Amino acid sequence: MAKKKAKNKTHIKRKERIKPKKVIPNAPKEETKRELKISAIEEGTVIDHIPTDAAFKIVEILDLENQKGIVSIATNLQSKSIGKKGIIKVGGKSLTQDEVNKIAIVAPDATVNIIKNYYVKEKIKVKTPEIIDNVVKCSNPVCITNNEQVPTKFYVAKKDPLKIKCHYCERSMGKDDIEII
Amino acid sequence: MDLKNRDIISINDFSKEELLHILKVVKQVESNPKNNLLKGKILAALFFEPSTRTRLSFISSMEQLSGTIIGFSTANVTSIQKGESLWDTIKMTGQYADVIVIRHPLEGSARLAAEAASIPVINGGDGSNQHPTQTMLDLYTIQKTKGRLENLHIGFVGDLKYGRTVHSLVIALANFNPTFYFIAPDDLQMPESYLDELFQKKVKYHKTSDLTRFSKELDVLYVTRIQKERFPDPLEYEKFKGIYRIDGAFLQHVKKDLKIMHPLPRIDEIDKSIDNTEHAAYFGQAANGIPVRKALLALVLGKIK
Repeated sequence: MAKKKAKNKTHIKRKERIKPKKVIPNAPKEETKRELKISAIEEGTVIDHIPTDAAFKIVEILDLENQKGIVSIATNLQSKSIGKKGIIKVGGKSLTQDEVNKIAIVAPDATVNIIKNYYVKEKIKVKTPEIIDNVVKCSNPVCITNNEQVPTKFYVAKKDPLKIKCHYCERSMGKDDIEII
Repeated sequence: MDLKNRDIISINDFSKEELLHILKVVKQVESNPKNNLLKGKILAALFFEPSTRTRLSFISSMEQLSGTIIGFSTANVTSIQKGESLWDTIKMTGQYADVIVIRHPLEGSARLAAEAASIPVINGGDGSNQHPTQTMLDLYTIQKTKGRLENLHIGFVGDLKYGRTVHSLVIALANFNPTFYFIAPDDLQMPESYLDELFQKKVKYHKTSDLTRFSKELDVLYVTRIQKERFPDPLEYEKFKGIYRIDGAFLQHVKKDLKIMHPLPRIDEIDKSIDNTEHAAYFGQAANGIPVRKALLALVLGKIK
């Protein structure tokens, strides 16, 4: 009897071990790799090819901390194209084009996939917006936005290399001066 | 062209056509002053930092047009001292007046004020950013003394790095096919961002530290003060103070009809002996503050179109 029970246990263990991994056709490449860093999502948005130091800035910009669904963030992943990259998966939320454009400041080459039922339903290209509302801090210490509670606003004067101009103090800032609020 | 309810915040907000229209109205106001034009209108003059010419010329302009003035000339007497925000101060003032003039040490404050107020706001200087009414009176002075704005050779000498009057005037004049001569030591030269803008607009310019190098070319020379308050290190200021001096000897190397301008106050950049020559345009320039500000008040209040 005791021998039989032990046999059953072994049988169950073996069954778990050989359970086939769910392969999702048409899913982003990372999903089908054996070394999965963060799990696939059924519904939501995958932001990939983020410069690794920008991942947490994107969390701030898109206010993902207050997101109700599961948000997975990975940084320092290997990437052939950009060396090290970050990836963010936002469960249960499809980002809009306007929201995607907000991340152009820190991740202009990111790829954004909208996922429905594990499939890529739509790919959104990041476009640098004409106006950047309340994302960037003005680098001018005597700008009114650094001294009074005012949402910042910048006009994009040049897209590559990025140059933006403060709506209030009219000071121009290059990419290196940009600090996220 | 209707500028009723228009805010006057930055020279960058105005097209060439609008600038020319304003200058036309200034001329009209100067030659035919209608003294009751702003009767019953109230100007709130909110000066959060000291000013002599701008504040007095706005007050004088409003009084000459029979308007009324409320306001203050130092932030110490306001609720700002109690911690009230600029937004709230302006929102409240907007209920008491028909037009606001604001001078404030923080850059962008006038733009914020315009967003807070439901009445027109005129920027009387926001830190080292913009002072559009000064630019308009500078343009008017050039047009009046030279008879035109197009195709002039204009020199700027002194502190070109921090001088907001120079920055704004350069941008406004870029509409009129000028040739610029920027005369300053390397440390006080025009900021690269302005030179980039001129390059994009295909405006011709020369840079030099030698006052006499291009003096024979000039139609107008705009002189600025080396501003002591801009230097964190007093020794740096000592290094630059008095490096350029417009005097009788300099006049030997200029065109007969060169006009010399200065936004004032001057320290020792222009010798007093120049004051009585045909070249001196700076006191006339200060006087032009009156018709320019009268015209702007009348335009934004919809009394002149």
